[in-house]
Amino acid sequence: MLKTFIVGIFLGAAAGGSALYFLPLVDQARENSIINVTPNGSNSEVFHANIPTDRIMIGAPGQQTPLPTGLDWPTDDLFAGTRAELFKIRNAKDAVVGVASRMSASDENGNLIEWVLHLPARGSAYFLMQPEAMTGGYRSGELRTGTREFSGLVGQVTEHWVADTTGIEDAPAGRIELRAGLAYITEEEL
Amino acid sequence: MRYLLVLAGGMLLGLAGLAAVVYYNPMTGANNLSPLSVTDNEVVRLSYAAAAQDTLVYTNDGESQVAPHPPKVLQLWEPTVRLTTATVNVLADSRGQIAGLGVKFSSHSERTDVLGGEVLVNSVWHVYLPGRGSLFIEQSENYWNYIHEIVVPAYRSAGDNWRGTWLGNLTSGPGALGTAWVAGGSGQFEGMDIEAVEALSAKAYSVDIGPVAMTGELSIELPAADVPPE
Repeated sequence: MLKTFIVGIFLGAAAGGSALYFLPLVDQARENSIINVTPNGSNSEVFHANIPTDRIMIGAPGQQTPLPTGLDWPTDDLFAGTRAELFKIRNAKDAVVGVASRMSASDENGNLIEWVLHLPARGSAYFLMQPEAMTGGYRSGELRTGTREFSGLVGQVTEHWVADTTGIEDAPAGRIELRAGLAYITEEEL
Repeated sequence: MRYLLVLAGGMLLGLAGLAAVVYYNPMTGANNLSPLSVTDNEVVRLSYAAAAQDTLVYTNDGESQVAPHPPKVLQLWEPTVRLTTATVNVLADSRGQIAGLGVKFSSHSERTDVLGGEVLVNSVWHVYLPGRGSLFIEQSENYWNYIHEIVVPAYRSAGDNWRGTWLGNLTSGPGALGTAWVAGGSGQFEGMDIEAVEALSAKAYSVDIGPVAMTGELSIELPAADVPPE
């Protein structure tokens, strides 16, 4: 009887240890990446945020109706030229794959527009955009740095507003589309 | 049948013993000394409110212990973002003056290893300091000490809360010394690749609503000023 009890102790400890070691405590749900390989060898991937349904926050001075309701945006003069927005980000299949922040500001250093995309299962990317939009309403930018799957990549991104033309009654007004063309680059190629 | 019951009793004791070893293992737990505390370089310190109700915006899946703020904010309930939180904070400088805005995205890390004392969170900061510039901070945070010294004691207390003074580093990587990587975006930070550490100062925690009185601090080490050759 005592031997059985002692065997049980070791068995319990071993089973618990094995479970903690082999079973993942965290398993991030992930959508398949929808990537096109372009002729120059880079990967092209499109993300978008449906407006207004995917907009989490608009932080800007003097808003009549704050988003989200109840947002108490600071009135300090320091933020007079600052606009911060949060979005859910979707892939080309319209599935939510992450969240993003867009910061636009103007101060004595000039104008800035930046995006941070955070895709929990894949990593994050930091894009610096050109403040001036190009013809057709496109704004281009480049990847400053990235983490995990976006680490070691270089490339460009374009931001573009696409108005909804489906005519469906409950359709969003449109979407902000981010089209990224990213590629791995070796130190020799740099 | 008796042998099976005895075996089951032994296994329960074994599991309890394992839990005690993991919880009280002195070899686990992050170092609370900031690697930047010994630097000679200039360090920018930015503090922020870490309790959800004190932030500008805090959102999660809406079913977690910490409630979103403001209550009507869009929640992250989709499977791919359910283990993610988004926080927007006003950042204050070391004199307590408003210095800028910080957006933080945090997601539970699949590298979490309880046996090794690592409860990991992957997080990034998008920081804008008007007049100074913008930053992107990437880090892996280890909440083992936080859970060990605040959350578990709160659950064990009769009042379901914890009060005290706790100061600890959260950043555990990716830098070799347990520092975060910082990429400068614009202004005086443009082109910089530097390091940072995030720390938390806690005074009260409730089992019902999570952090009650907590502040965080980002310490960002600026590169040494270029000294012209003599």
